[in-house]
Amino acid sequence: MAKMTLEELRKLRDSKKNDLRKRDTEGKNIQVIVGMGTCGIAAGAKVTLDAFLKALDEKNLVDQVLVRQTGCMGLCHSEPTVEVLMPGMPTVIYGKVDAKAAKDIVEKHLIGRELLDNLILDRPAVDIINAK
Amino acid sequence: MHFTVSDLVLDIVQNAAEAQSSIVTVTLEESDTQFRFTVQDNGKGMTSEELQRALDPFHTDGIKHPHRKVGLGLPFLVQTAEQCGGGWDITSKKGQGTMVTAWFNLENVDTPPLGDIPPLIRMILLLSGPEEFVVRRSLHRGGRDTNYEVRKTELQDVLGNLEEAGSQVLLDQYLRSLEEED
Repeated sequence: MAKMTLEELRKLRDSKKNDLRKRDTEGKNIQVIVGMGTCGIAAGAKVTLDAFLKALDEKNLVDQVLVRQTGCMGLCHSEPTVEVLMPGMPTVIYGKVDAKAAKDIVEKHLIGRELLDNLILDRPAVDIINAK
Repeated sequence: MHFTVSDLVLDIVQNAAEAQSSIVTVTLEESDTQFRFTVQDNGKGMTSEELQRALDPFHTDGIKHPHRKVGLGLPFLVQTAEQCGGGWDITSKKGQGTMVTAWFNLENVDTPPLGDIPPLIRMILLLSGPEEFVVRRSLHRGGRDTNYEVRKTELQDVLGNLEEAGSQVLLDQYLRSLEEED
């Protein structure tokens, strides 16, 4: 594989966009937010983030989901933490999300519309909500 | 403690991104014997007193977490760099920005693994806050020779919203291709 140029990247993106337009785009605005503070990184948030991208790619969901990074959500004891927002489902924060849990969230929460009860945490810590 | 040197880099860049910077420049230099990184931001900066306190693991500024007593980002970096025969340097000016640099001896048994560099760069570009991230990478190790530079604004121009999962999958492919030799 040779180095890709920005022009080649643009062409690749355009070809993917054409594929995506043909698909049903119902259910956009899903957001997966991964905590990437010192605590998250130390607990393996980078692995979690990559696992989400891989699972979304495998399930052909990449055109419907925003994957965002944020700092510490105040729940350092349960890192890696991931907040999931999607229409028609309660907004939840999951804790101790390793690569397997990330795959489960994609399959059960995003596709199956079912909460993973054993991983749900409460809302972010009160001090973080106030800081926003 | 962080598992890889890449984790340390991301942690320090996250600090820069949260310091009200508009541009953050990161250099990642890897040779047979040394890995060195530099993170330069134009954010709020620190006085020399604030910098001393930031190096204390039992201090945090109390703004984001009012009741907390620890701030581990910089102390992790200092401890890891020093334990593996490397070093570090931080300069900061209040209101102008901060520069953090650290180097690691790749021949020292105590140096953590480097970690995968293309995903590190992707995650740097996706940190929220600054309008621009510039990442410069040089790799001259084990017979591999390459140099490249990426900019967040250029990639946004090509890919659109980088937070779309689809953009990140393409970004990953692009960054992996850049690791190939010149």
